[in-house]
Amino acid sequence: MSSAERPVLDAHPLDPGRHAEVFPRPGLGVLVGTRKGAWILRPDPARQRWTTEGPLFLGCVIHHFVLDPRNGRTLLIGARAGHLGPTVFRSEDGGRSWAEAARPPAFRKAGPGERLRSVEQVFWLTPGHAQEPGVWYAGTAPEGLFRSEDAGVSWEPVAGWNDHPSYELWTEDPDGAQTTPDGSPLHSIQIDPRDPAHLYLATSGGGVFESRDQGRDWRPLNQGVEANFLPDPYPEIGQDTHCLQLHPAAPDVLYQQSHCGIYRLDRPNERWVRIGDNMPRDVGDIGFPIGLHPRDPATAWVFPMDGTDVWPRTSPGGRPAVYRTRDGGKSWQRQDRGLPQEQAWLTVKRQCMAVDALDPVGVYFGTTNGGVWASPDEGNCWQCIAPHLPHVFSLEVAEFAA
Amino acid sequence: MKVDIPQPLRGYTKQAQVDAVGSSVDGLLRDLDRQFPGLRFRIVDEQDRLRPHIRIFVNRVRVKSLATQLGENDALQILQALSGG
Repeated sequence: MSSAERPVLDAHPLDPGRHAEVFPRPGLGVLVGTRKGAWILRPDPARQRWTTEGPLFLGCVIHHFVLDPRNGRTLLIGARAGHLGPTVFRSEDGGRSWAEAARPPAFRKAGPGERLRSVEQVFWLTPGHAQEPGVWYAGTAPEGLFRSEDAGVSWEPVAGWNDHPSYELWTEDPDGAQTTPDGSPLHSIQIDPRDPAHLYLATSGGGVFESRDQGRDWRPLNQGVEANFLPDPYPEIGQDTHCLQLHPAAPDVLYQQSHCGIYRLDRPNERWVRIGDNMPRDVGDIGFPIGLHPRDPATAWVFPMDGTDVWPRTSPGGRPAVYRTRDGGKSWQRQDRGLPQEQAWLTVKRQCMAVDALDPVGVYFGTTNGGVWASPDEGNCWQCIAPHLPHVFSLEVAEFAA
Repeated sequence: MKVDIPQPLRGYTKQAQVDAVGSSVDGLLRDLDRQFPGLRFRIVDEQDRLRPHIRIFVNRVRVKSLATQLGENDALQILQALSGG
């Protein structure tokens, strides 16, 4: 079906009327995807007072909500429509009107004897390279990679990943007992700003992978990253990468928050360095997200969580804090001013920390108990800017165009 | 034949009951998708499996196969179960 046959809807087709009106205007916004819908938070110029717009798609699971930085107007949402399966919603006017993708991400029909793969979640969305307007990538659970060349209207499987000869080795068996809770996602799709053919991605059952030919072929990139849950704790593949970030201003610098610590890789090196060893021992270096400073490759933020015992994955000791490094991971500083000081068992998921591009940069995170927190001064002090949203699944900053 | 549409899918059809044709459940779903683009993928995944919370009844009898044959006077109900909170 062509996009021309699909009318642009004033409400999403699954549950019309469940939209609050959004008033697009230029400037900063924070896009929040939750287990029950999407919201847009807008600040005053000082980023001190925030307003909440929404909900959008109330009742839908929103895995990722992303603005296209190439035009400042196109928004894509990776959603799961209740029990009715995964899809992509899109807006070309900053959120005023929405349409469903004409052809959402879907695996090719399985051949005889092949595993029957169907997309359960459109988990991750990445706008393409600046030289490729209209191109987007989507990562799904189970671990699928999809590409759109028409700004998200139609999606095609990236056969170089989905049908790679090593796919079965690199991914989890979706029917197996060891499958990641909530499905094993492909996430953290990163594009080298110097080369649209140079891609990275990560999975929760395989680790980090690199392609230099626009996704036609892939290789693992996991040297030095621990997988202490496997018989060989430093295997070629099998690591559990929680979040991978490529520095936009220094694209040879990669950071990852893994199931087994915080790592940095300076290409062309192949071996990751565990910079989380420099975190305080009583806090540890387990967590899900990692955020990077837009201009300084040595500055990053993490949100440590308790990875001891049965893995509570809450703030260690019930005392939440962001930790920041300004020297590429050699040292870390605790940043908890304004955060609750006790009995606060926050969890922040992998795509729930974001950093804006202002000066000083703003840092944001969203929690599974529905709070969104903001710091307008690079993490020095925090305030809750939306206390009572549903379970936050994703959080991204957006700079809307005029 | 008459097809009852569950409330979560009426955003596609704009009505609770629609007319569609097909000699099988699969054919009928394809006709529905022609009339209401995108509707079939909410009912059936890319491997032609009914989504887990979808139930289809023909003349009030549950059917599980898309190959189930249909007659002109059959009545079809599509339901969506809910679970979780």
